[in-house]
Amino acid sequence: MLSAVATGIADALGRLGSVSIAAIARLGYASRFCVAVVRETPAAFTRLHLTVREIYFSGVLSLVIILVSGLFVGMVLALQGFDVLQRYGAEQSLGVLVALSLVRELGPVVAGLLFASRAGSAITAEIGLMKATEQLSAMEMMAVDPLARVVAPRFWGGVISMPLLAALFSTMGVFGAYLVGVRLIDIDPGAFWGNMKSAVDFRFDIVNGIIKSVVFGVAVSMIAVFEGFDAKPTAEGVSSATTRTVVESSLAILALDFVLTVFMFRGLGA
Amino acid sequence: MSDASVPASVSAAARPEIAVELADVTFAYDRRTVLDGISMTIPRGRVVAIMGGSGCGKTTILRLIGGQLKARSGRVLVAGQSVGDLDRDALYAMRRKFGMLFQFGALFTDMSVYENIAFALREHTDLPEELIRDLVLMKLHAVGLRGAAYLMPSELSGGMARRVALARAVALDPMLVMYDEPFAGLDPISLGVVGQMIRRLNDALGITSVVVTHDVYESLKIVDYMYFVSEGRIVAQGTPEEVRASDDAFVRQFVDGEPDGPVPFHYPASPYRAELLARA
Repeated sequence: MLSAVATGIADALGRLGSVSIAAIARLGYASRFCVAVVRETPAAFTRLHLTVREIYFSGVLSLVIILVSGLFVGMVLALQGFDVLQRYGAEQSLGVLVALSLVRELGPVVAGLLFASRAGSAITAEIGLMKATEQLSAMEMMAVDPLARVVAPRFWGGVISMPLLAALFSTMGVFGAYLVGVRLIDIDPGAFWGNMKSAVDFRFDIVNGIIKSVVFGVAVSMIAVFEGFDAKPTAEGVSSATTRTVVESSLAILALDFVLTVFMFRGLGA
Repeated sequence: MSDASVPASVSAAARPEIAVELADVTFAYDRRTVLDGISMTIPRGRVVAIMGGSGCGKTTILRLIGGQLKARSGRVLVAGQSVGDLDRDALYAMRRKFGMLFQFGALFTDMSVYENIAFALREHTDLPEELIRDLVLMKLHAVGLRGAAYLMPSELSGGMARRVALARAVALDPMLVMYDEPFAGLDPISLGVVGQMIRRLNDALGITSVVVTHDVYESLKIVDYMYFVSEGRIVAQGTPEEVRASDDAFVRQFVDGEPDGPVPFHYPASPYRAELLARA
């Protein structure tokens, strides 16, 4: 009886050990992959047309979802914000509420989540399928490094696209709030824009928002290219890699957002 | 039934007539041994087939020659250079002299046929666009697909894709072309066309060809020499005439397509009777 319990504990510890070792090995592999991709950065910029093409696929083709989502998020924010603010007679501050929410948080975070679902998953699926159909092997055998030719341009395309998309998301959100607040609810446009202009600080709010979106862009793009490159070369492998990209990117965005917010805005209440 | 003109004891470095030499090569994925002491020589200018059933380690041999895998022991020499000892730059420099045709073509799906063939020329040369265009059209003409230059890979049939991949493999006029299952999944006409092309391109361009396949009939028509691999070892070898005349059990099973023989029909299992009775 005792020996059976001891064997059970030993098995459980053994499994825990093997899972931990596998996780650490994968983390190590992912870190080496990141370094290798960053090392191939010159390739992404000396042959700029490759990166521009990826900016088109990751950025331009994500415009519809980003702009439409931004517009509706701004409109909803205005409706909800107005409902709360008018209770305190502060409806003139609607522009401030919407702009700060969007620029500091919702712009980078929601745009990041949408970018992970739209562009990140596409990058993973494309690289994973290239691997499954031996296109990456073919490239290697033609003495062309897939990291330089395929991975680095997609990574940098994503990193460049993400802050631009977040900025456009926030802009559309503010426009949506203007439509609802000023055109629909009839808030004074001077108060809407004037309060917004005086309350939103360029360095503190906008630059911090941009820093967030750049960090999210790096995280999502790196996760997307890594999962694609590391995918099992089967239909099932590619599909689960694509799912992992969306899940890991979303969690990474939310966790990084918390960490960045702590560092950026911790003196806010003082 | 061995190639007496190519004694394995002499190093390929000392003999420029040898394109590829494997000397007592072993390879394993983790604990699963795939190759177990393989030795073979592939002379320049010849078409050599490596034959065997699925999963016998044929493709692994190509990956060892191409430097995508490293042998656990033994030496893989290509043009006298030990592939396993090359650093990344030297390996990539050597691969520029290679062409490889993958099992299903592995054409770049986001590029047209023309761009696929121009790919290596653009990556490795500074040739002007007009010259690249001429070279691409020449390669496509050689495989009979000049008219398909501006189609996308998704618009090609399996046989056409294989021919485009063939044109791409010889785009840089390589010294060695490796074919991984070039006949898999082709209709009889495409099969014959691809087979003849491998032979014709080999002779016209003076290259060396290594064909990994399980298609014995098509191979017998075009190759100069054959190696039969089973369970990670070379079990037979010879010229097509020797193979046809061979009474080796493995060769006979392979050539005659017998379902059972040295390669068993049944996957290893406990005795049938015992298992049935155990369930009852």
